[in-house]
Amino acid sequence: MSGGGLYIGILPFTVRLASNVSALGDDVLRLYGDFPLVDSNGFADFHVEVSYERGFRRWFKPLVRFYFDGRPSFIPLPVHQAFAMLEWGINWCVAAHAHQYLIIHAAVIERDGRSMILPAPPGSGKSTLCAALINRGWRLLSDELALYDMDAGLVYGMARPVNLKNQSIGIIRAHAPEAVITAPVADTTKGTVALMKPPPESVRRAREPARPAWIVLPRYQAGADALLERHEKARTFMLLAEQSFNYNVHGRAGFDGIGDLVERCECYQFTYSRLDDAERVLGELAKAGSLV
Amino acid sequence: MRNVFWASWPRRVPLSETELVVRALQESCQPASLSLAEWDLLIRQGRRANLLGRLAIGLSRANTLLAVPAQPRMHLISAAKMAERQNLAIRWEVSCIAEALASAGVDLILLKGAAYVMAGLPTAEGRTFSDVDILVPKEQIEEAESALMIHGWQGAHHDAYDQRYYRQWMHEIPPMLHVRRGTTIDVHHTILPETARVKVNTAALFEDPLPVAGFSNVHVLQPIDMVLHSATHLFHEGELDNGLRDLFDLDSLFRHFGDDASFWAGLLSRAEVLGLQRPLYYAIVFARQMLDTPVPPTVIAALPGIAPGPAVRWLMHFCYARALRPNHASCHVRGAWLAKKALYIRAHWLRMPFFLLVRHLTHKALLRPPKDERAPAPERQGL
Repeated sequence: MSGGGLYIGILPFTVRLASNVSALGDDVLRLYGDFPLVDSNGFADFHVEVSYERGFRRWFKPLVRFYFDGRPSFIPLPVHQAFAMLEWGINWCVAAHAHQYLIIHAAVIERDGRSMILPAPPGSGKSTLCAALINRGWRLLSDELALYDMDAGLVYGMARPVNLKNQSIGIIRAHAPEAVITAPVADTTKGTVALMKPPPESVRRAREPARPAWIVLPRYQAGADALLERHEKARTFMLLAEQSFNYNVHGRAGFDGIGDLVERCECYQFTYSRLDDAERVLGELAKAGSLV
Repeated sequence: MRNVFWASWPRRVPLSETELVVRALQESCQPASLSLAEWDLLIRQGRRANLLGRLAIGLSRANTLLAVPAQPRMHLISAAKMAERQNLAIRWEVSCIAEALASAGVDLILLKGAAYVMAGLPTAEGRTFSDVDILVPKEQIEEAESALMIHGWQGAHHDAYDQRYYRQWMHEIPPMLHVRRGTTIDVHHTILPETARVKVNTAALFEDPLPVAGFSNVHVLQPIDMVLHSATHLFHEGELDNGLRDLFDLDSLFRHFGDDASFWAGLLSRAEVLGLQRPLYYAIVFARQMLDTPVPPTVIAALPGIAPGPAVRWLMHFCYARALRPNHASCHVRGAWLAKKALYIRAHWLRMPFFLLVRHLTHKALLRPPKDERAPAPERQGL
């Protein structure tokens, strides 16, 4: 990782990662261990680097910075946030450059060839829900970025590590004790964060896109019983457009693309508080295909 | 060594083998001949130089885009999409600006990118934009500013030094940002600062601009003036991150307008009227040497008449050959840092008298946070 960099197949992309931060190497090895190192003949979609800031500070309060193809991007952060920074940096690379897709801020999971898109503003619990379900039989595509190929009507997801924030770290540890989770990093701009290793099977199948079948808006509400209700398609459309990073780049094609997506999917709102309930209700939905 | 330079001037600026993006754009690129590793470098250089969209358009014109391997092709398609969208966005932005200024009875002339788009020039294809530059008569600049404020644009620079820098010394009011769309507009009243060493005949620029169809108050400069402005902008600019892109713009304008013989016939005399012979000289020389821009022999024969002395020529060659490259690690050459610093200081030197220059650079050095401290944070982009 410190020499010419690692070419990691984060499908459908190849990311070349270089770093001189040895602690980052350990995290990458643990969480990206199932990802293929690719012989890309020298091509990478994104050349990224996380390296120490130079200067005397390095000896008492080291900072690291994210570089996109040699250009420093974002503000430097304390070294213990290096892995989280790498994850945010890769998200940015994809969201800012991969306009061959309509990119939606959403988690995507799949079961029996059909995928569920969980779009939501931060705080709605989509990552928690996603982390819980992929430890119980659902395949992970993404917990943050849905890459929708509008021509093919298929969604890709990279199967990268899942972001857990604040209380959800403890909740997922309790729910899935076998999950591999990084040590929590406190005091980031998003609070305390930790990253969960994606299931090996999901990583192995990252190349496979999935056909969207359901769009489910999760809503965590303390103490609530699980409630799955239909959600108006027009409202779902507006939410997806709002949660898309590059809706405006696609113009008319983006409008039609989201229209098609919403038309093709069953749209729901899902209120929940207990992950076991959520697993049961969404599992039943997956089996039945539709709310009966 | 130096004698060789003197004797062989002007000569081709040496292009390193790694400067793929220039070669690719010039030859409209034979995609099949490039290896994946070369594509990797080409995409990176193109992205850094803001030339990826132009490359995509060139390839698709030549019907060779489909021959590009799938992975790099995705990046080209993505860049073309972004550029296409920005072209549309600029049209919308111009119509908003036109409406705002029409309410105050102000006529405007579009400059640079926005002008290329609205004049329907091939220069606009695949190009990306960061802001809209407009020119309004100096006596109407206050009306223009207040009309823009009423329609949602706000000054982005609030400190007293910035205000004074722009208003008193420069040729524009501080950039204004639209509160809802987040777009930026630069309102100029001439094309070089008030304090500049080169005195521009601004009145002549306003004499007879071309109307833009569909608007009553929007114009672009006449072809020759448009080229002279673009040349002046590039060769007075101190920060050349987009320098190579701007040179490609000039190349495209020369090729497009050059089909009409009256363009070349009128170019030098118009440069004299406007007082912009020197930037024209550099534009022709560097476009020819670096991008093989075709220039008629009569114009080349006349160049010595507007050229600087040999020492300045040598120095400018040294600097621009190093600065007009993609700002990418693969394109760095020895002396580039020095060349860029020298051009930065030269740009300020041309812009203001010595005492003002010292004062301004001292202010910037002491009081401004370095640029990267202002870099965006990922969480602000919603990630």
